[in-house]
Amino acid sequence: MKNNLKNWFRSGSPWVWLNAGAVSTSIIMVAALLILIASRGLGHFWAKPIMEADYLETDGSVSRLIGEIHGSEIVPAARLREGGMVLPQDIDTVKRLLVKTGNRDTGGLDFRWVLERQLRDVGTPEKLMTLERYEWGNFYGYLKEVSKGGEAIASGDAAWEALQPLIERVTTLRDEIKRIERNEIGAINYQLERLRLAERRLELDEVDRDDPRYAEIAAERAAQELEYQGLQQQLHDLYREIGRDSLTGIVMDGREVVVPLSSVVRAYRPNEMGFFTKIGFYFAKLWEFVSDDPREANTEGGIFPAIFGTVLMVILMSIFVTPFGVVAAVYLREYAKQGPLTRLIRIAVNNLAGVPSIVYGVFGLGFFVYFLGGNIDQLFFPEALPAPTFGTGGLLWASLTLAILTVPVVIVATEEGLSRIPRSIREGSLALGATKAETLWRTVLPMASPAMMTGLILAVARAAGEVAPLMLVGVVKLAPSLGLDGNAPFLHLDRKFMHLGFHIYDVGFQSPNVEAARPLVYATALLLVVVIILLNLAAIAIRNHLREKYRALEH
Amino acid sequence: MSLGFTAIRLLGVDKLRLVIYLSYFRHMMPVMTSLAKSSTRHSLSGSTSSRRHRWRMLKDKLARHGVAIGGIGVIIAIVLIFFYLLYVVFPLFVPASIEKIADYPLPGEGRTLGLDIEEQSGMAVRYTDAGQAVFFTTADGMPIEEIPLSVAAGNTHALMPGIAGSNRVMLGLEQGGVLLVKHGFRVSYPNDVRTITPQIEYPFGTEPLVIFEDGRTVAKVAFQETEDALQVLAADGEGKLALVRFAKETSFLSDEVTLEREMLELDGVDIRPDYLLIAPDLRRFYIASVQGALLHFGLDDDGARLLERVALLPKGQSLSSLRLLLGGISLMAGSSDGRVVQWFPVRDEHNQYHLTRIREFHSQDKTISAIASEARRKGFLVGDESGKVGIYHSTAHRNLLVEQVADNPIVTIVNAPRSDTFLAEDSKGRLHFWRVHNEHPEISWSALWGKVHYEGYGEPGYTWQSSSASNDFEPKFSLTPLAFGTLKAAFYAMLFAVPLAILGAIFTAYFMAPRMRSVVKPTIEIMEALPTVILGFLAGLWLAPVLESHLPGVFAMLMVLPLGILFFAFAWHNLPRDLRTRVPDGWEAALLIPVIILLVWFSFSISLPLEKMLFDGDMRKWMYDSLGIGFDQRNALVVGLAMGFAVIPTIFSIAEDAIFSVPRHLSFGSLALGATPWQTLMRVVILTASPGIFSAIMIGVGRAVGETMIVLMATGNTPVMDFSIFQGMRTLSANIAVEMPESEVASSHYRVLFLAALVLFLFTFVFNTLAEIVRQRLRRKYSSL
Repeated sequence: MKNNLKNWFRSGSPWVWLNAGAVSTSIIMVAALLILIASRGLGHFWAKPIMEADYLETDGSVSRLIGEIHGSEIVPAARLREGGMVLPQDIDTVKRLLVKTGNRDTGGLDFRWVLERQLRDVGTPEKLMTLERYEWGNFYGYLKEVSKGGEAIASGDAAWEALQPLIERVTTLRDEIKRIERNEIGAINYQLERLRLAERRLELDEVDRDDPRYAEIAAERAAQELEYQGLQQQLHDLYREIGRDSLTGIVMDGREVVVPLSSVVRAYRPNEMGFFTKIGFYFAKLWEFVSDDPREANTEGGIFPAIFGTVLMVILMSIFVTPFGVVAAVYLREYAKQGPLTRLIRIAVNNLAGVPSIVYGVFGLGFFVYFLGGNIDQLFFPEALPAPTFGTGGLLWASLTLAILTVPVVIVATEEGLSRIPRSIREGSLALGATKAETLWRTVLPMASPAMMTGLILAVARAAGEVAPLMLVGVVKLAPSLGLDGNAPFLHLDRKFMHLGFHIYDVGFQSPNVEAARPLVYATALLLVVVIILLNLAAIAIRNHLREKYRALEH
Repeated sequence: MSLGFTAIRLLGVDKLRLVIYLSYFRHMMPVMTSLAKSSTRHSLSGSTSSRRHRWRMLKDKLARHGVAIGGIGVIIAIVLIFFYLLYVVFPLFVPASIEKIADYPLPGEGRTLGLDIEEQSGMAVRYTDAGQAVFFTTADGMPIEEIPLSVAAGNTHALMPGIAGSNRVMLGLEQGGVLLVKHGFRVSYPNDVRTITPQIEYPFGTEPLVIFEDGRTVAKVAFQETEDALQVLAADGEGKLALVRFAKETSFLSDEVTLEREMLELDGVDIRPDYLLIAPDLRRFYIASVQGALLHFGLDDDGARLLERVALLPKGQSLSSLRLLLGGISLMAGSSDGRVVQWFPVRDEHNQYHLTRIREFHSQDKTISAIASEARRKGFLVGDESGKVGIYHSTAHRNLLVEQVADNPIVTIVNAPRSDTFLAEDSKGRLHFWRVHNEHPEISWSALWGKVHYEGYGEPGYTWQSSSASNDFEPKFSLTPLAFGTLKAAFYAMLFAVPLAILGAIFTAYFMAPRMRSVVKPTIEIMEALPTVILGFLAGLWLAPVLESHLPGVFAMLMVLPLGILFFAFAWHNLPRDLRTRVPDGWEAALLIPVIILLVWFSFSISLPLEKMLFDGDMRKWMYDSLGIGFDQRNALVVGLAMGFAVIPTIFSIAEDAIFSVPRHLSFGSLALGATPWQTLMRVVILTASPGIFSAIMIGVGRAVGETMIVLMATGNTPVMDFSIFQGMRTLSANIAVEMPESEVASSHYRVLFLAALVLFLFTFVFNTLAEIVRQRLRRKYSSL
């Protein structure tokens, strides 16, 4: 046996196994990471049961506990004793549960660590109700009664039946309010601001006060304001309508709480839901996540503006990066004299892909925002000063910064594609009398287009995941309006925007209620990972396809 | 074939025949064929119009130039990054300069007691012993207004300027009183023209405040004003001192301020009080003599107390000037041989303050006759008896310039609030008005990288603290802790990533079955595309708490994993042959996956028992108590793992390529000579591929150094200099991300952040270029083999 071991070691095969272990570890890490994000991110939308139990406090008193279990961990008892908790001497470890008790309006905090061994009479009563609200976080408790205009119309089981139509009514009203506030009043505000700037512009140009243009502006403003007042009245009525109903619930400490229905997003009883109801609910939540606005300081609701901002920024970036990257690559490969200088440039371009992204952010902030943007403001938007128009971070600067960041990727990929095209093809075209430009345009570039596509996809994947430079050039945690809307000129390049990656950073690390935000961050991360992996797989597939295609030519 | 084509082109063979020849390509090149067809049609019709030909040539030329311009433009735009960073950083290293604007005789009558300049340097005021405040234009010395002060003419004896920029002075009077005067430059814009109107106010009334009740002359005076008190230290002609506190009492009914006078005891002064200074916080004051002896007094509710006695200058020199720096903490002592010595109180371990000599500036060689502090920075101006003026900065320990300003000794010097001009008076009664270009005095090599003794710190150190709420704050721009943090993070990341990535690459390239390789390689390479913000978020919110609660398990894993793998391998080796051969060679890694998962699970599950057994149930406490190691939840271990994860694919991919492309015949030769696969690998393959592996590591380091989001989220971002794996750090890149958005454009802070970006840029660029060159060499070597 001993000899065997010695021989085995001498053969070197243990080291091979250790090397294999390194590969396996890397693979496991990747898989674990993806599984972790996927499970946490997807699990968030599943309707969790609500637990009800009696909790034996360490001082002997008993209190009622209602909430969702969000996690558990095993901790050494010593650590808890150090924190001043009294525990029996004979136990070493205890299991702690993280319970989301919600009801921030009555209880203050919505998460609580409890010791599992202190729980008594754990159950999941079917009548327990979850309310998702616009403020104060979730509500957990029993429904007592439903009131219309201050008068109770139903209580007990009937209340639950009465509640759903009322919530539907409130939702319709809320959509109407949102439509008026965002679209119609938003448009009026936009016009009013435009008029204010136009007037200021006239003042700056020292146009005489008697000029008819002033009167025009004033007339238009009066018209807008009249319309505004009409809408204001409409809103006022809607607000009165939406505030009509309320419900009374009983929370875990037995108190009765009146919740205005206007703040309720949805009400459900997870404990009585069947499997298929839960699946339906799951997709409803998932849809809400990708299509709705965030609420409660980004910790609840959807991430639609972040998706929109990311996509818009990436599209703009692609518009900038593709032509420039391709032209540079064509120049380097087809026109430039191949020599030490070209080689140097090629190495430099290659290495720029390795320069830290934050450096590009610094450059973008200094050059684009402060230098270019500041000058553009001086020249073209003096009426808005001192409020900056382009002299602050925004869509345009962010996409330009990322275009510079990713242009090396496009150049390298396109160059590779160009270099794969056999010489004979170019020569054939030239021999037919085509000029170099014609050869390029009709022969070489179409053949290299998959390579360009690969470069572009890789650039998009990189841009979609990049956060550090964006933090300097225009990303915000909450953008009041999207970069694309119904107000001329429709595309607002100067606006700030939201971004998925920054959303993860901001909600995960800058949010006042990290615990509540965590599932949403996982879901956002999952979305981002999926998008980026798909983009990369697409790039790989195109590249492989390309290689296969040219293998036939390289004989 | 290409040669043939060239020949055909040269010979100008009929295109038709070529088409036939080229139909060879038809199946793969529809595009070109159509082109060929159209040109054929042209030649057949026989009317190749020369206009069309010219147009095509023109298009070709246009395309050539267009592409060239575009291509070069893009390349220039990329290179612009470097030059733009340089352009922003450059002013940091521009030396200061001064230029003369004017000199003129003193405006107004009498001897100068004090000078002050208005914010924009358009106007200045001069207090004279004739009891007047003379306001004059700085450009030509024309008096604008002479406002008589509310004192009898000829009665003013001493003047003490208030804190720089406060526009206050205190006059010492003949009958034992002092008078606080505030001069103002009221700015208004009648008819859009900036107009300055001089003003004189008396914040404590026009009546002098009594210091010496017996009416002795106030020959020297020092004062400080706080919200509720005015503290005055004065000396008479014979050197007798008085310390008086005027407490402000605001009456309830009206806003009238009444003053309550309180005389404080002052004992133990046995030197001539030539210089008197009170610190702005009213907690200490100083009395110094021309011989260089200084008495350091503490002041509290119980009264004044002599703390210590200090000799400011070496023997043989006399004290020719003494001033407080901005903030009132540092004392600047000018000597008769041209040096300026900085002192400030430093707290010792018994919580006692001792005046400590911090640094010395010796760039002038004549007696220092005047020192003026800057109003917004820790810089100061020094005038000497040869008529030279020097500009210095204390924190940066830097003499920015010394230049001849006057032909005669300088007696008074004053700095404009923005420090962009100064006014110096020489002994012959001429005023010299100069402009100063000195934007970034606080930056020097030693301030950026060296140990600096900052005000209020016990000892010199490396500190980064760029901003604070107060105005007289001393910015601390040491990049050392940030560079240290960057390297620390990169080091721990590489510690984790290099073994895994390189070993993994060796196995994948050399031993792994091709089918498995075609799955493994893309999988690991996709990791590279994972947004680092996700890794950072997982590291900060998931990994950090997990590591914290399973610390013993993590360290156990370091042992358990390799040993467990070896154990499994040996067991596998001893399996019956027919069982063993069911799994072909090259699939070891797949076999190990469940084993490793099991081992990791095992390590984590023994974590709690281990902690109980070895560390009394709490490893962090144990470490702190018995080893003195503090524990941050977001520490270098977390960063190392997360950032290691981010750089593994980079290193893996390049190293794998390098190993894989080692020509096969080399290893075949070695194997044929009887070497085992492992020997072949170690002595032939790795050796040949080592430059490639080296360049992979370099690129990995480059990536780890510049990574921002992971360190931003997975560390506490405190700029500490501690190499402990359980402490956090702040890196250059995270620092930029945190501070850049709120730094003021073109300020020193802004430019230092750009400098940090430039350092990062150069660092990664140099590393990547080196790696690239190594790789290209290697490629050439392979192709020659």
